[in-house]
Amino acid sequence: MPSEPTRSTEKQSAPLTRRSRLGRLAGIGVVLLSVAGAFLYLGGWLTPHALTPARFVDAFERVNGIHSGFRRNHAKGVGVSGFFESNGQGTRLSKAVVFRTGRVPVIGRFSFGGSNPYVADAPGTIRGFGLLFWLPDGEEWRTAMINLPVFPFSTPQGFYDNLVASQPDPTTGKPDPGKMAALLARHPETVEAMKIIKSHPASSGFDNATYNSLNAFRFIDAGGKSIFVRWSMVPVQPFVAANTAPPAQGDKNYLFDALIASVHERPLQWHLVITVGQPGDVTGNPSIPWPDGREQVDVGILTLDSIDSDDTSPARDINFDPLILPVGMAPSDDPVLNARSPVYSQSFTRRAGEAKTPGAITPPEVRK
Amino acid sequence: MNTRMTAERQQFTVSMRLLHWLMAAMVLTMLGIGVAMVSSLASYHGLLSMHRPLGILILLLVVIRYMNRRFSSLPPFPATMSSRERLAASASELLLYTLLFVQPLVGWGMLSAARYPIVLYGSLHLFPILPHSDMLYAVLRKTHTVLAYLLFLTFIAHFGAVLFHTLIVRDGMLDRMAPWRVRAG
Repeated sequence: MPSEPTRSTEKQSAPLTRRSRLGRLAGIGVVLLSVAGAFLYLGGWLTPHALTPARFVDAFERVNGIHSGFRRNHAKGVGVSGFFESNGQGTRLSKAVVFRTGRVPVIGRFSFGGSNPYVADAPGTIRGFGLLFWLPDGEEWRTAMINLPVFPFSTPQGFYDNLVASQPDPTTGKPDPGKMAALLARHPETVEAMKIIKSHPASSGFDNATYNSLNAFRFIDAGGKSIFVRWSMVPVQPFVAANTAPPAQGDKNYLFDALIASVHERPLQWHLVITVGQPGDVTGNPSIPWPDGREQVDVGILTLDSIDSDDTSPARDINFDPLILPVGMAPSDDPVLNARSPVYSQSFTRRAGEAKTPGAITPPEVRK
Repeated sequence: MNTRMTAERQQFTVSMRLLHWLMAAMVLTMLGIGVAMVSSLASYHGLLSMHRPLGILILLLVVIRYMNRRFSSLPPFPATMSSRERLAASASELLLYTLLFVQPLVGWGMLSAARYPIVLYGSLHLFPILPHSDMLYAVLRKTHTVLAYLLFLTFIAHFGAVLFHTLIVRDGMLDRMAPWRVRAG
């Protein structure tokens, strides 16, 4: 920019004394340092022990190592796609476009919990199901569900403490039992949640598992009325209890291979069931289930007719952030839900910039 | 940018001053929201919901502000400023305009590359301006952080220079942009 012409008239004042000049300089220094200090405070630099998204993901990396290009959690997975056909029943609960009668395309990803992208399949490992609904006007609904009936932790800190306690001891290769016992003593809600989880037998495969939102959300209807809900994907495929015996020939991908085979045989289907909370139901704690007998509304059927390896599916590069919600849905006050969004984002940002390594389930394995 | 002036102009025009203070408040708020949201587990979603529309509003306003500046007469630099200071002031002004224009575009671009919906409010959202590419996202995400720090440092330098001129040199530097009317001296 060219400089502007000089101002011709000039105000002159008596020169500042040395003392008042120094005082004014100090004042300017204090003002600038305060602004910089406020910036540092807001950015968390002055509270190095507070839990932040970056420190959360650091803990995943410290405990499990870094697997280049993979999700920091739920690293092993496959992509799927299909459509959701709404029956219109959901429109009385939420004005979200997804509940209007009709069909919307979806893309999803089945995964195992944990940071190891080559972990051996086991029915006891947490199964995850991320799903993205493409709504007709460009809106999206993303959700990430798991096959547990409740979440084992009531707060982000509880999850973090468990992650740190589960770090394998370098000598034994296993978590220190003393640390785990101390953790459970500090988090009685985890003990309670584990009892509920143990009372629900795991299903034999990805295709016949129920996947739960765990966290509560708010649904807002056309009149502006707001209710609390949780949701589940309930399989049409009949439940078969998991066989706990290890697979023949030690096939490390046998559960994914079974999923691939069943999608090739026929499309897989789930009912999307919304559970409606009542006043007084706990909405801010995913480790506590709602009482039995809550109204359940079947709002439509999800059909998955296509499956793809992580290496070739667009789902690999999608962040299934559970707070990407369409109009008509909103987060609850659940601290775990609110923490998932920034932690997923942090994990996504880190892996996005890394070189991609081939996944455990290869593209030919998915095509066969 | 424009050397047209009236001999008696002591201050930037009313519209320039209005845009300056409005954007100053918005940009400082944005920098605060930006650093707070990436370090927050509890408030990330709420802050991000404000960050996107505010960023796009800044992008719109900086274009309006640039055009407005192009076609306005400007008050002269105070005589107390050396030619080197004037060069620094002009360069930092250009840098601020550039950052205020580029930073929201990088934000928009990085959300596009990550294949995130670019929600402004309710169901109102913007179209993506880049293809889905996680590597592109990673680069733009880093760029967004670096530009934010650069913007903050440029703001501190700008603020410090005005305070220095106003309080130490006492050349009435702040009067040129003061939100109130300053009578010709």
